[in-house]
Amino acid sequence: MSTSTTADFRTRLQDWLPKVVLAPSFAVILLFVYGFIAFTVVLSFTGSKMLPKFDFIGFTNYAKLFALQHWTTAVVNLAIFATLYIAISMAVGLMLAIFLDQKIRGEGLLRPLYLYPMALSFIVTGTAWKWFLDPGIGLEKTMHLWGWESFHFTWIKDSDMAIYTIVIAAVWQTSGFVMAMFLAGLRGIDNEILKAAQIDGASNWQLYRRIVIPMLRPAFLSAFVILFHLAIKSYDLVVALTGGGPGRATELPATFMYSYTFTRNQMGIGASSAVIMLMTIAAIMVPYLYSELKEKP
Amino acid sequence: MAQVQLKNVVKKYGAVGVVHAINLDIAEGEFVVLVGPSGCGKSTTLRMVAGLEDISGGEVIIGDRVVNDLPPRERNLAMVFQNYALYPHMTVRENLGFSLKIAKRPQAEIDRAVDEAAGILSLTPLLDRKPGALSGGQRQRVAMGRAIVRHPDVFLFDEPLSNLDAKLRTQMRVEIKKLHQRVGSTVIYVTHDQIEAMTLADRIVIMRDGHIVQVGTPLEVFENPVNTFVATFIGSPPMNLLEGVIRAGQVVLADGTAIPQPPGLNVAEGRKVQLGIRADNIMPEGHALPPTAHMAFVEMPVILTEPLGTETLLYATLSGTEMQAKMLNPRPVSAGERMRFGIALDKCHLFDAETGNSLRG
Repeated sequence: MSTSTTADFRTRLQDWLPKVVLAPSFAVILLFVYGFIAFTVVLSFTGSKMLPKFDFIGFTNYAKLFALQHWTTAVVNLAIFATLYIAISMAVGLMLAIFLDQKIRGEGLLRPLYLYPMALSFIVTGTAWKWFLDPGIGLEKTMHLWGWESFHFTWIKDSDMAIYTIVIAAVWQTSGFVMAMFLAGLRGIDNEILKAAQIDGASNWQLYRRIVIPMLRPAFLSAFVILFHLAIKSYDLVVALTGGGPGRATELPATFMYSYTFTRNQMGIGASSAVIMLMTIAAIMVPYLYSELKEKP
Repeated sequence: MAQVQLKNVVKKYGAVGVVHAINLDIAEGEFVVLVGPSGCGKSTTLRMVAGLEDISGGEVIIGDRVVNDLPPRERNLAMVFQNYALYPHMTVRENLGFSLKIAKRPQAEIDRAVDEAAGILSLTPLLDRKPGALSGGQRQRVAMGRAIVRHPDVFLFDEPLSNLDAKLRTQMRVEIKKLHQRVGSTVIYVTHDQIEAMTLADRIVIMRDGHIVQVGTPLEVFENPVNTFVATFIGSPPMNLLEGVIRAGQVVLADGTAIPQPPGLNVAEGRKVQLGIRADNIMPEGHALPPTAHMAFVEMPVILTEPLGTETLLYATLSGTEMQAKMLNPRPVSAGERMRFGIALDKCHLFDAETGNSLRG
């Protein structure tokens, strides 16, 4: 009798324990992630300035937002940055993965080497590249010291070119990670399929172009989704590397959102820009997650 | 179509030899099966012919070209792989036409070739599906279709049926044989299944440890195995082997049972031998063993029976060795029953006990 009650208690405990242990973090996430997302959405419909107020003014903030020259700059910068960043990261990552897949010696050493930048925070990357690209102390200075006096590389000080320095730093940081994803995809391809294609007469180029790259489609999709949301979220890299400057040359929606919400006392407009960013990411993530979760019943 | 020659072909991985100086001539249009246990070097040999493995020594000649240094695509051959190796992102039609598309043939020609191959292999209703939506047998047919579309000089098959269930395997075996009769190309086929080898081959090449043990037509290797390895590998159930010593023209077993040695053999007195008897040549007395002048009789206790319908397989012990015998026109036999068995001596084999080589000169 007593043993059966203890057994009952044990099974009940086994049922409940995971839920009990997970409950605090679940509650915290619910409040601080989803709660504050909801709070931000609410704020975006109010006339909040420095502090939250709850005077609802409809879509006025959104109308103001899209009329702002500043926001347009940020969106155009994002378009340039995201396109180049995603395209170049994928191209470089794919190339590295293909090179690394040629059964070369020292692969075990090279792979983590390419992955290391991903382990750094964007702040570190941004600061390091700021110094490296600074004409007074970095690459240009070094070239001059080595005697290449005519060398000129001042993109970071040039308001037309500064956005591309952000692309360079971001690509440096993530292409190793993209490489790892593509490498996993490449390793997943059945070797016999490649041999069959060779016998079918495919040259190396045709092999990659017609067999390997089409078969990497899932890896491309995952890489795209990850890079896309990283691009939209890019904040710390810009702050560390250029601080949004020179002028507003490297302003992105994330830095715009921060400055309007917290430094310019335009919390309502800042919140509406945050909502727009959230919706942009959701537009990519929701269909992706839906298709991913659907495939595995 | 082309003939294929292997001249002293060697494959080494570092210092380890996998294939040791193999010589083989395959005639135009011939269906040759390489058979042997796993690790015998048969697949490696095939891959060297295909160009998927480097050749460490010797020459592979297809037609009249030495192809050692040619990449696979310049050898004009087609290969069917064990796990089909279809391109999963292409439809059946694209899979079939891939090689021609790569070769930049006109679209009309590709369509014609694909339709023809699909017709031969009854793939026409499946042309717009992707490999993921096909059954194992259908995938196998697509893999074969991809091979015949190209009209290659040589077909290579690498254990193409081992992923199929038994029934489908029998069916595909027939299809492969029909295909060969229809296309008439040279075929090199690798398998570990001796039944596939027997049923498909014009000639069987039996390999072990990187060496060719015997080459011959299915009946030659069945009737005249050169050693005990071939004798037990080819034929089902495997040949019974009895250890004994030659005394006065008889094989004397360990327990003293004496069986006259097979006729036409001259073996020195006192030599240690193995007497090979196939299950078909040892049958219970009165159970339809064709009468011959050379019969011997032994009595054995039956330990197990396997009724197969038209015949029953009897397991019995003789001199401590487990024997398998066939019983045609079966009747119920209980375990432990002692029965008298007749042996057709003229169908038996003698092997040297140490080397395992046949003593039938």
